[in-house]
Amino acid sequence: MNASVILDRRRLLAGSGALIVSFSLTNAFAQDQSPPAAPPAPKPPGSLATSPYLDSWIRIDADGGITVYTGKAELGQGFKTAFQQIAAEELDVPFTSLKVVTADTKLTANEGYTSGSHSMQDSGTAIQNAAAQARAILVEEAAKRLDLPAENLRTENGAVIAPDGRKLSYGELVAADRLHVQAQPSSKLKDPAAFKVMGQSIPRVDIPAKVTGGVAYVQDLRLPGMVHARVVRPPSYGAQLVDCDAAAVEKLPGVVKVVRDGNFLAVVAKGEFQAVKAMQALSAAAKWKENAQLPKQDDLPSLLTTTLASKDSVIFERSNPSASSRKTIEATYTRPYQAHGSIGPSCAVAQFTDGAMTVWSHTQGVYPDRAAIAEMLRVPPASVRVMHVEGSGCYGHNGADDAAADAALIARALPGVPVRVQWSREQEHAWEPFGPAMVTKLKASIGDDGKIADWNFEVWSNTHSMRPGGAGCLLAAQHMAQPFAVPAARPLPLPEGGGDRNAIPIYTFPNAHVVHHFLPDMPIRISAMRALGAYHNVFSIESFMDELADLAGADPVEFRLKHLDDPRGRDVIAKAAEGFGWKKGQKVPQDRGFGFAFARYKNLAAYCAIASEVEVNRETGRARLVRAVAAVDSGQVVNPDGLTNQIEGAIMQSTSWTLYERVTFDESRITSVDWQTYPILRFDAVPEKIEVHIINQPGKPFLGSGETGQGPAAASLANAIANATGKRLRNLPLTRKRIKDAIDA
Amino acid sequence: MMTVKVNGQDHQVDAEPDTPLLYVLRDDLKLNAAKFGCGLGQCGSCTVIIDGKAVLSCVTPMVLLDGKQVTTLEGLGTASQPAPIQRAFMEEQAAQCGYCIAGMMMRAQALLQRNSKPTDEQIRAELAPHLCRCGTHMRILRAVHRAARLMDTAELVPADKRSAQ
Repeated sequence: MNASVILDRRRLLAGSGALIVSFSLTNAFAQDQSPPAAPPAPKPPGSLATSPYLDSWIRIDADGGITVYTGKAELGQGFKTAFQQIAAEELDVPFTSLKVVTADTKLTANEGYTSGSHSMQDSGTAIQNAAAQARAILVEEAAKRLDLPAENLRTENGAVIAPDGRKLSYGELVAADRLHVQAQPSSKLKDPAAFKVMGQSIPRVDIPAKVTGGVAYVQDLRLPGMVHARVVRPPSYGAQLVDCDAAAVEKLPGVVKVVRDGNFLAVVAKGEFQAVKAMQALSAAAKWKENAQLPKQDDLPSLLTTTLASKDSVIFERSNPSASSRKTIEATYTRPYQAHGSIGPSCAVAQFTDGAMTVWSHTQGVYPDRAAIAEMLRVPPASVRVMHVEGSGCYGHNGADDAAADAALIARALPGVPVRVQWSREQEHAWEPFGPAMVTKLKASIGDDGKIADWNFEVWSNTHSMRPGGAGCLLAAQHMAQPFAVPAARPLPLPEGGGDRNAIPIYTFPNAHVVHHFLPDMPIRISAMRALGAYHNVFSIESFMDELADLAGADPVEFRLKHLDDPRGRDVIAKAAEGFGWKKGQKVPQDRGFGFAFARYKNLAAYCAIASEVEVNRETGRARLVRAVAAVDSGQVVNPDGLTNQIEGAIMQSTSWTLYERVTFDESRITSVDWQTYPILRFDAVPEKIEVHIINQPGKPFLGSGETGQGPAAASLANAIANATGKRLRNLPLTRKRIKDAIDA
Repeated sequence: MMTVKVNGQDHQVDAEPDTPLLYVLRDDLKLNAAKFGCGLGQCGSCTVIIDGKAVLSCVTPMVLLDGKQVTTLEGLGTASQPAPIQRAFMEEQAAQCGYCIAGMMMRAQALLQRNSKPTDEQIRAELAPHLCRCGTHMRILRAVHRAARLMDTAELVPADKRSAQ
């Protein structure tokens, strides 16, 4: 299997002429090319640790053309632009002179999933170091050719320049296969003070096509001879297809084929709307036996804390018996199932030609998706190629991988024909894996010194990733006649964690006890959604911090600072408070409330503090975010406007989750199946202003920031509502009715 | 066969009268801007302009389009010769995934064509049918304000004299 991949890559790259002898990803191949085993050396940084060859990341052609490769997928976060900036900076070439190729199992390194705010940390770091080391190699080569010491040479605009003005372009220098070497553990990175491209708000490279109708999404692919497929999903989880007379459907205009494999049912037509009509007819013809027994919506908290079996572990313990405690409070916070709700339902294109399956997908993980699809088709992974093409924003594991599997399964039945599968709105809403419901119980005491003396935190949650995985994670594979079982759920390990992500407080308390109740059984289909457990855990911790501040009679900002040692965290808190104009004993306008919250995502990634002002209509209970001021520290900033965009987006999205969103279901079916039954934030609820203050840390490691705002935004909003109404709401979402009921209580 | 006028040109398309305009735009005319978001008229991603009005193309059957003029985002400008609304969205970097943006831009364009100086409140009210999931709302609002300013000045400059940026 590996051999065929290698041959393929050799063939591919042989044609390209220049620098690359081979594209090295597999260990076996790396060993072929490596010198005899040396003592274990420190690993190079970022994803260079797993894909160490420089030419896995940077390729320079003989004509000087530069291509940067990343195994991560652009999802609208803008990192493609950021990576281009990083490479341009460290290579000393103009930003526009290079291009970035993203996740493709044939071309790029295996960087697993684009998730967990890892792209900048893993791929950005790898590209930065690979570019710096490539530049050093080119300078070294030039030094040899010019017979000058390397330190006398400088680089500029894609060339190495000698003090006497002699110049060798990178294209001339790479002719000798110089970048096919393993990365060194450390690189001589540029002095941030000399940055010309990094740190600039360079406009995103993907936006022009998106605002002019260019080809920008997998939905826009139109391959020659492409046909349109629609899947008929079961009405509920686990339903069995008992009868389906497809004869009439097959005679409908344009219909090419009805594909049935067990409980997997789809129809293919020449025209897209013909496929839609055929799907409706097929759906009407299909007879299902339903057997799902979903939990009662209103009993979710007791389902999680008592009905479902749990595996419990103490994940943090600190004890200092000398700390006194005077006043104790406890509280329970809940979160419902919530949906990713991509605006564009999932879509994929697949083509099966001469035994090779090619899939174009907006998956977040081309390599794991390839493995899962290959397993489903019972073929070797090398015969499947998965290419990432952007889709609508996903915010985690939505229907992308499932649509890719649908397309592959249908394409297999139509050899040679490109098949485009487009999910309906209702399918996306009903079948995407949701963000899991969660419950947290907190108990803490304030001591004589006005500080928290002891802290107890318990969280109940499913896992937060059922990504493939294996074929069993794909709907199509679950529904086939020879189905793949859903694999057993596993908790995501700390320090990043899943349900327990951010469950360990960042604050310093003399006594602390944190328990993770992992729930293996998943009555509702769930998986990764932006920030995973951190959204609810930070909502809980930061709401409770305000409850405790109130108990201690302290200002919420001051109270947080009293318990926080981390200087970067303190700076972020101070910055957000200052930007907001937060003052101890501040006077809040009538029917308004001020709230504050802070977290460091995963206790490992970017720091984020948010101050919010809300307006609450006491008659209707309607809460509206009026303004939010955020401060963020994500280490070295590459593109300030890109970072600002991420934080603004996190605040808006989290506001929507927090005020409105809840997946609904009856005894057997998901009932929130469109935007009417699953309302999200609309323009009438958009605040007047969002301000983002960035604390740049020149030369410090990149800290992932795509998810850092979700938790603080939720808690800041909840704290502001409590400030406005005098009532504490602990059950998400904080709907108009719940606020009104609290006010009236 | 049916005739439909899109971006100033007549097109003969082989579509059933009940086919929503969206599918004809995307599949027959190979235009990318109008997006399938829900097919239910709930999200606004498919918005185009028909005779000056913003219309949801996913719920507008071809049979209703006889004699009407359809404008899509492609009809306004290109990446190298962007219309004011497109320039404004680029300059404000008013997109994350961008899937909803083309629809937003068409409704904003229709608004600006009939009201060149809308208030913030009017823009918000106009965009009410549109959903954005990435949370780019603040930038979208800024971009529409900017487009209004650009359109004011752009009218004084002939299209071929406008710079790409």
